[in-house]
Amino acid sequence: MVIGDIERKLRLQNFEYSAPVTVKEAIDLLAGDNCGARILAGGTDLIVQLRQGHLSTDRVVDIKRLPDCNKLSYDPSEGLILGAAVPCHRIYGDETIVKTYPGLIDAAAIIGGIQIQGRATVGGNLCNSSPSADTIPILIAYRAECEIAGPTGTRKVPVEDFCTAPGKNILQKGEILLALHLPSVAKSSGAHYLRFIPRFEMDIAVVGAGAYVELDEEGRSFKKARIGLAAVAPTPLFAREAGDLLQGKEVSEASIDAAALAAQSIARPISDMRAPAEYRKHLVKVLTKRALWGAVRRARGEFVPNAVQENGR
Amino acid sequence: MSATSTSVNGNGKYKVIGTRPIRPDGVDKVTGRALYGIDMNLTGMLYGQILRSPHPHARIRGIDTSKAAALEGVRAVVTAKDLPPAGADEVISLVEGTFRLTHLRSNILAGDKVLYQGHSVAAVAATSLHIAEEALRLIEVDYEILPDVVDVVAAMQEDAPLLHDDLTTQEFGEDSGKKSNIASHIQFKLGDLEKGFAESDIIVEEEFNTASVHQGYIESHNATAEWKTDGQLTVWTSTQGAFGVQKQTAGILGIPVSKVKVVPMEIGGGFGGKIPVYLAPQAALLSKLTGRAVKIVMTRTDVFQSTGPTPASYVKVKLGADKTGKLLAAEANIAFAAGAFPGSPIGAGAVCVFSCYDIPNGLVNGYDVVLNKPRSAAYRAPGSTQVNFAVETLVDEIAEKLGMDPIEIRLLNAAEEGMRRVDGAVYPRIGCRETLEQARAHEHYQTPLTGPHRGRGIATGFWMNAGLKSTVTASVNEDGTVNLMEGSTDIGGSRASIAMQFAEVLGLPAEAINPMVGDTSSVGYTELTGGSRVTFATGWAAYEAANEVKRILITKAALYWEAKVEEVRFEDGDFIHASDPEKRLSFKELASHLVDLGGPVVGTGAVDPDSGVGGSFTTCLADVEVDPETGKVKILRFTMVQDAGTAIHPSYVEGQMQGGSAQGIGWALNEEYFYSEGRMKNASFLDYRMPTCLDLPMIETVIVEVPHPQHPFGVRGVGEASIVPPPAAIANAIYDAVGVRLRDLPMRPDRIFSACLEKQAATVAT
Ligand SMILES: Cc1cc2nc3c(=O)[nH]c(=O)nc-3n(C[C@H](O)[C@H](O)[C@H](O)COP(=O)(O)OP(=O)(O)OC[C@H]3O[C@@H](n4cnc5c(N)ncnc54)[C@H](O)[C@@H]3O)c2cc1C
Repeated sequence: MVIGDIERKLRLQNFEYSAPVTVKEAIDLLAGDNCGARILAGGTDLIVQLRQGHLSTDRVVDIKRLPDCNKLSYDPSEGLILGAAVPCHRIYGDETIVKTYPGLIDAAAIIGGIQIQGRATVGGNLCNSSPSADTIPILIAYRAECEIAGPTGTRKVPVEDFCTAPGKNILQKGEILLALHLPSVAKSSGAHYLRFIPRFEMDIAVVGAGAYVELDEEGRSFKKARIGLAAVAPTPLFAREAGDLLQGKEVSEASIDAAALAAQSIARPISDMRAPAEYRKHLVKVLTKRALWGAVRRARGEFVPNAVQENGR
Repeated sequence: MSATSTSVNGNGKYKVIGTRPIRPDGVDKVTGRALYGIDMNLTGMLYGQILRSPHPHARIRGIDTSKAAALEGVRAVVTAKDLPPAGADEVISLVEGTFRLTHLRSNILAGDKVLYQGHSVAAVAATSLHIAEEALRLIEVDYEILPDVVDVVAAMQEDAPLLHDDLTTQEFGEDSGKKSNIASHIQFKLGDLEKGFAESDIIVEEEFNTASVHQGYIESHNATAEWKTDGQLTVWTSTQGAFGVQKQTAGILGIPVSKVKVVPMEIGGGFGGKIPVYLAPQAALLSKLTGRAVKIVMTRTDVFQSTGPTPASYVKVKLGADKTGKLLAAEANIAFAAGAFPGSPIGAGAVCVFSCYDIPNGLVNGYDVVLNKPRSAAYRAPGSTQVNFAVETLVDEIAEKLGMDPIEIRLLNAAEEGMRRVDGAVYPRIGCRETLEQARAHEHYQTPLTGPHRGRGIATGFWMNAGLKSTVTASVNEDGTVNLMEGSTDIGGSRASIAMQFAEVLGLPAEAINPMVGDTSSVGYTELTGGSRVTFATGWAAYEAANEVKRILITKAALYWEAKVEEVRFEDGDFIHASDPEKRLSFKELASHLVDLGGPVVGTGAVDPDSGVGGSFTTCLADVEVDPETGKVKILRFTMVQDAGTAIHPSYVEGQMQGGSAQGIGWALNEEYFYSEGRMKNASFLDYRMPTCLDLPMIETVIVEVPHPQHPFGVRGVGEASIVPPPAAIANAIYDAVGVRLRDLPMRPDRIFSACLEKQAATVAT
């Protein structure tokens, strides 16, 4: 006998809202009592999930007024500091970042549509910890680190160690992601992220692949490569071996195909309404190859358009 | 970018018809002032919610609503027990579908069984939406889960789980007494099929499947009901036809139609899906119990899981032709997934399957099959797109095998005036050939397509269009304007098109007409907006009303001049004294004198035209590029050619053509109900993938005008036929690009990729 097991989508329930201006205040609100407080950045995941009844909360803590979370600064020696509350449109609206971190732009410019990008943050994308999140593979490829503040102080964690399961990550009660740190990029380097979706916008990645490469001065061989993958495992994947394979290798169809095969070998996708597993597995190879070639071309100074440039926005 | 449109045969004989005035409802819509169903707010109004079945098929052993009813703020809970006892099982016929009252009742509130995930089981009214939702969780339903079936072929098998204990197959209109999910089997025959195939030099035969797809209107279903103590019920709702809602609601509630007033609000899309009632009867029952108005609004998930998709289909077609490409014989077996209750558009599918071609010998078998999905509803040219996909793919294959141009083979066989269709109907003057000729002459077709993995496809489609009942009432104002009350809810700009036909008769500017959509108490009976009938039939009623106004005004002018009625002529918008041409009054001048000429001038038009079997033909051209490594299709260019008869307001004709094309492209590439264990997994716009603007090129339109022989202005409906050929055109284009034939819709990237892999494997093997 089954009694009324309804999968109900409850409309947004009432909750308390606060927008602290200091990190300490924010941590106190989050860690203070037993309430199920939730952090709000752009809210493009949180509000949807609350509305659908996948999450519930009685307190929402908005981080958009925390100065630490609004930083967006680049320094050639330090790299990029990307505050957790910085929306995508600010990122692709910044010419230096567009030039220096084109792979990040590839990802930030395809999240949802233009309205979503007005709100959605890279920090929120990471903290939502969906296996299909578009920015995580390229953050991994760029060797980004998370700056996390919590009741017991701050810590730094590489992005590839952040997600633990679908929707789960290493953040403890009271902890906030303040910012992401992307190391500065080498001279002959390039990066590219692309995803496969059945339509041309507004889909969740069926597979995503991000690559960062450093080439020798002539642009002939790889000095270094890092590859991240989305939607092919319970968490975004760091395809470490695939990237390592390229180290010292000549840039060629053969070397890139071999790396793509290595990336494919660690993918363990599922079948669902978005695509069958076997097809996803095939796409890992195709996309890794394309991401690597895109990164190589950028490293060589060639123009590879991002979504903003492609759609003429 | 504006639509690139070419009007062919435009004859310049009209003043207003063929121009593009601003639509009367435009300002309200773009400034957000237009009132839609969810804008209804009445004093003391309660919020309703529906409890829906989580199971695709289960017996309801009991429903305990006591906890829900006890929740503070809950004012009433209803289940099927609260419906009045069933009366006679009437059949309600609404343009593009028929409804048996017993089925409508069990769809509104499930009786002893739930037949699909999302089936309405109980309804709650509370003082807030939150409380109503909370109450749903307190309703305990004791379900005995039954095996389910969601595939149409599986549902037809002898051992399939049966949905209805009392359903027996109607064989050619007669009860066979055989219990089955096959609700009916219909058949059409023409000529001598065996002889036709025997004489054929080439025969192709294939099976095709299409998925359930949703109409996808932006506005979700809603209804607000107020049942007053004097027994008068008012319903405000989003619907394609107020009189249809009135009939269904009255029937379900067992009250006379005169007790139900339905006020159609502005409508945010329907495409056939806003014909059945889904919420009004529950809201009415809750209102009766509480004495308050009750509003119910669906979520998008409810819309997908509980309201009409178009039927999924299995279609097997066999075509025979001689060496010259002349089609000699055609056979089709068509099964439509009606959903939980019978009533798919199988009849229309069987009519449309071979409608574009003159084929002397034919046989069509059609099956209406129930299974555990929501009851299917009409969707733009219901039933035609499914069968067209099969036939137009096979015609392409014959052309390819004979080395013929795909347009030439279609022209060789094109349906013409006087041709007998497989269902026996004989065509009057139609524009099938003209759409093909215009497609062939178009710069799109004349420009070669180059580049790797690119292909061009073409297909021709048909929809029969309806006539039926419409009423229009016109009142002349003293400032020379006219109030036009009509009963057709305006989905695609029809207020403008109706007003323009009225204006044309009287030589008035379109802006002088103020068209309004009336409720069921303020306008004469009008069938719903569907079947591409509104501009045709309601426009015809406007024509009649305008002629009556003209006749009356002639008598008024005679009175004014103290002349005989016969002495007054109407010419170029002016009333003229025949023997004294100096005496001339414009419509406006005459209107200003009406107060002194014996009172108000009102004209009515009440029509019930048979549209004949004219219908509208479309031909479309699609250029695609296929990514061979992923199977993803990009549409590079798309042109739709349609016979409009006469384009009253060309912008709205183009709008229909573009809208239908966009939906057809959705069917072709990505839209589908994705089922797992009898449950729809993608009930949101995120994963139910309709095309976005980045998925579509600018859709070019060519309006062909082959006037309808009976209609006063030659109008044919244009609302539907444009959805029909895109899937086949795209399938043919994909074949042209990468050499694989897709036989299942949607042609998702993974399917195309698999087909490419299989082809590669086959080439390697040989
Ligand atoms: C229509 C639509 C389309 C979308 N398309 C895409 C897409 O194409 N690709 C894609 O990857 N995603 C997509 N998304 C999902 C979403 O927009 C992104 O994941 C976005 O980056 C989330 O950012 P946000 O700032 O809105 O996060 P929020 O919703 O504010 O937060 C997301 C989660 O992270 C937590 N959180 C946020 N910030 C922090 C922090 N600083 N510290 C700790 N926890 C934090 C929140 O509590 C919440 O659980 C789409 C969403 C919508 C509604």
